[in-house]
Amino acid sequence: MIKKNTPKERRIILKHADDPKYSNRIDCYLREGGYAMLKKSLKMKPEEIGEEVLQSGVRGRGGAGFPAGMKWKFLDRKSGKPIYLICNADESEPGTFKDRQIIHKDPHQLIEGMMIAAYAIQAKQAFIYIRAEFFEGAKILERAIEEAKEKGFCGEKILGSKYSCDLVVHRGAGAYICGEETGLIESLEGKRPNPRIKPPYFPAVLGLYQCPTIVNNVETLCNVKHVLEIGGKAFSEIGKPNNTGTRIWCVSGHVKKPGYYEFECGALTLGEMIYDVCGGLLPGRSLQAVIPGGSSSKILRADERFSGKLKDGTEFDWGVEDIPLDFDGPMAAGTMSGSGGIIVMDDSVDMVEAMANINAFYAHESCGQCTPCREGSLWMRKITKRMCDGGAREEDADLLLSVANQIEGRTICAFGEAAAWPTQSFIAKFRDHFEDKAKNPERKKSSLQLI
Amino acid sequence: MISPKNGKVVPIVLDGKDVEVPEGINLVEAAALHGKEIPHYCYHPQLSVAGNCRMCLIEMGTPMRDRATGNSILEDDGSPKIGWVPKPVIGCATNVSPGMHVKTESKNVLDCREGIMEFLLVNHPLDCPICDQAGECRLQEFATDYGRGYSRYVERKNVKPKRTRLGPRVTLDDERCILCSRCIRFCQEVPKDDVLGFVDRGSFSTLTCFPGRELDNNYSLNTVDICPVGALTSSDFRFKMRVWFLKESTSICQESSAGCNTTVSSREGEIFRITPRRNDHVNDSWMTDSGRELYKSVKSSERIYSARIKNDSTTSDAALLEAIQILKGKSLGVVGSCKSSLEEQHLLAQIAKKTKAKQFLRGHFGEDDGILLSADRTPNLRGALITGLTKTYPEDHLSALSLAIQKKKVNAIIVVGEDLLDSKVDQALLSNIPVVFIGTHENKTSRIAKVVIPSLTVFEKSGTFVNRGFFAQAFNQVVPGPAGVLPDLNILARIKNGLVEDLEQSADINLIWDEMSSVRNSVLKEVSFTQVKKAPVLLNGSKWSDLPFVEKDALHYQSSGKIRVKG
Repeated sequence: MIKKNTPKERRIILKHADDPKYSNRIDCYLREGGYAMLKKSLKMKPEEIGEEVLQSGVRGRGGAGFPAGMKWKFLDRKSGKPIYLICNADESEPGTFKDRQIIHKDPHQLIEGMMIAAYAIQAKQAFIYIRAEFFEGAKILERAIEEAKEKGFCGEKILGSKYSCDLVVHRGAGAYICGEETGLIESLEGKRPNPRIKPPYFPAVLGLYQCPTIVNNVETLCNVKHVLEIGGKAFSEIGKPNNTGTRIWCVSGHVKKPGYYEFECGALTLGEMIYDVCGGLLPGRSLQAVIPGGSSSKILRADERFSGKLKDGTEFDWGVEDIPLDFDGPMAAGTMSGSGGIIVMDDSVDMVEAMANINAFYAHESCGQCTPCREGSLWMRKITKRMCDGGAREEDADLLLSVANQIEGRTICAFGEAAAWPTQSFIAKFRDHFEDKAKNPERKKSSLQLI
Repeated sequence: MISPKNGKVVPIVLDGKDVEVPEGINLVEAAALHGKEIPHYCYHPQLSVAGNCRMCLIEMGTPMRDRATGNSILEDDGSPKIGWVPKPVIGCATNVSPGMHVKTESKNVLDCREGIMEFLLVNHPLDCPICDQAGECRLQEFATDYGRGYSRYVERKNVKPKRTRLGPRVTLDDERCILCSRCIRFCQEVPKDDVLGFVDRGSFSTLTCFPGRELDNNYSLNTVDICPVGALTSSDFRFKMRVWFLKESTSICQESSAGCNTTVSSREGEIFRITPRRNDHVNDSWMTDSGRELYKSVKSSERIYSARIKNDSTTSDAALLEAIQILKGKSLGVVGSCKSSLEEQHLLAQIAKKTKAKQFLRGHFGEDDGILLSADRTPNLRGALITGLTKTYPEDHLSALSLAIQKKKVNAIIVVGEDLLDSKVDQALLSNIPVVFIGTHENKTSRIAKVVIPSLTVFEKSGTFVNRGFFAQAFNQVVPGPAGVLPDLNILARIKNGLVEDLEQSADINLIWDEMSSVRNSVLKEVSFTQVKKAPVLLNGSKWSDLPFVEKDALHYQSSGKIRVKG
């Protein structure tokens, strides 16, 4: 399996992340040329920055992969209402831990990216919505903002220009749903984070306080800085067409060297990531499954094959190891790169138990606003829990699939899909494991405690 | 909310049929206009759209357009190509647009409904046999229509509090709650008393009051009405009666001049509850909690059940003869009531006119809540203006009567319902003057009256009230009156016939309407009781626009801007 020419990491966002001499203080950031792009951007017209970002083709790094420049274009600028910029730092997707690295190790990069973005969309106020569990991250960001304000990089009359924009950190209270952009907005307004119905509440038109709002992921906003530095056109040549820039992949599970790795989009395949970059599986184990983009993306079975035609017309015939790590590759394999959280499972994993844990997460995190997700996620949890507790029935696989199908596409927000996709894909690809549970209900001795 | 802009209509294709619907309405309303029910729980036409129950999922598509040219894309047969939205959309939050295609009966839509119904029932206690909502429960209705008929759920159901006191009048069964948030939105949007919310997450979400608060506003029972299931129940009505035994009659709330349209439910002559009836020009779908209590007056201990002459019980007939005898030939003072129906006021005004009596009227006033409890606490003050029972705006006392007695201009009094002694009329003044009291409940005046004739409450007769917005609204008899008690119209007609040598006065309500509407320049011209019974009729009240009406701006009502001077 081991190939000779393992592609090298290309670190743009995490350039300084593991440099022992690099600190998260502003002096260090300035020494490395920080805030030069903010200075440069303030001399540009806001629309020009938007054009650069659009040209760069940078896609959202939060999970959906929507082009950031396009998102900015949807902004309602005619209403006369103030515009808000929100950084979504509510990184909660199981298997994802990239934004935390940025916040902890290079907060000024995020602040600079945000202030450039704020200027580009002419935001009146910017927020960083950070998940409750990032205590340290919130402290670091607050100190960094304080430092940036002292130097005039944010707040009133930034760097002596006419543009003012304050930046504050807002801490969540520990709910996964706050990562959904309209749920996040509700939470920021001080309410229960029930996602809003779309239409009519598209954030770019009716967002925070019913004003036009842009919500971008931490990594996306950091990329804005690099787009300016590298240039939109040049940036669009990094990676592959439609999959530009680098991506930070968070690998967890049964590999020798789990961790975060930044590569150009499409620079390597899933197999290279697992076997070369992450050092392969533990001794004596074989690959059973991979979840490629956070727990809500559809699972891949190790012996699956995928064939078809890509958007550009090229035909493909891949095994799981051959899937290129970018946006479109996993999509072509019927799943998604999501937030970049690759979860590797070897043959020691009981797939029903894995499913039970995933279902436990979604049942716990469903906001409870709309019926299918509220009732369906808990029902699926109860079924898989019962299956693991020795009460599995032959018909449970079909029942699970049917419940998941009743959720997908019928909910207010994408949480419905997030809860349904794992079940749908687990049943589709590991149905035999589920049916086997009814015949062999005993738990393995090696099984870990369920969530 | 339905708001057809400038009466414009747009064409849509509903289940393959071309139909026209008012511009700007949503698909639930649009389908209803054409006889198709899109089931829903959280949507309420008079509240903001939440879109959380997902029961109204339907398939929707719009004609496709070429991005570059803006031209319609056509199918091979020349019909516009429809771009169907890949996922089902909620009808409540989707407004009609020209050319929109909608499927409300497709396989996919039915599958959505079955799925949602199943989800709503998995953690529902299914305690219909002991549930007050049974019989008028949306969950039951749609389970009948879209339930699969079998259960796939073998897990344990969630357990939640079964009897939470949300406030003095509302009790919550959390297990039955389907979390539609209608009650929360109602409290925020109508009484503007934000006290309800959900705690906990997912399927464990629980409706509750904010800490230290209670659902105690005067509109709290509307949450019970709009609750699509049996979660919110009226503490008063709870466990009293199965709703399918109740006979429903339409009525008008007599609490204030707001004139809420109501439905009064009774069984075997006994009233069990009053609920609001939708009228988008008057009360939307709401009414006050205090207005719902009024039926209790029917069985009040102060109710007058038999006629009296000088404190001795007698029949109504005998009392009427006695009354006519003592009133005949006297300088009469007629004290009317703003609580009487339009027809009764008309007869009383005719008695006064024909006997050249002096007319007196008092108003009853209180705080205006700016919604549906108006400052004028009588249902029919405007009726008194229309029938000529008064020409001026009534004060909250009868000092004028007192003065008239002192000046010996009045030496006998007919009083309908009012308490003279509570209206600045001195008891000593009445000691030598015969008083004939017609009313439903005892008061200080009934106790000193020479003759007392019992009459009927609003629930025991039919008639018309004219509300603050000059809507003539009919109320219907709900229950029969007590034995031996004559309807007010009969009492007044017989008094008139006894006192006035004229054509025989009929007590028939339709004939009285004929009389009223034939009066020259009457605002009731060309209006009949049949018409008013069918639907409220807006009268032209401009004649009285200079009067100092006390009502404040409120739901569907704009005050004249004049402030009443106390005195």
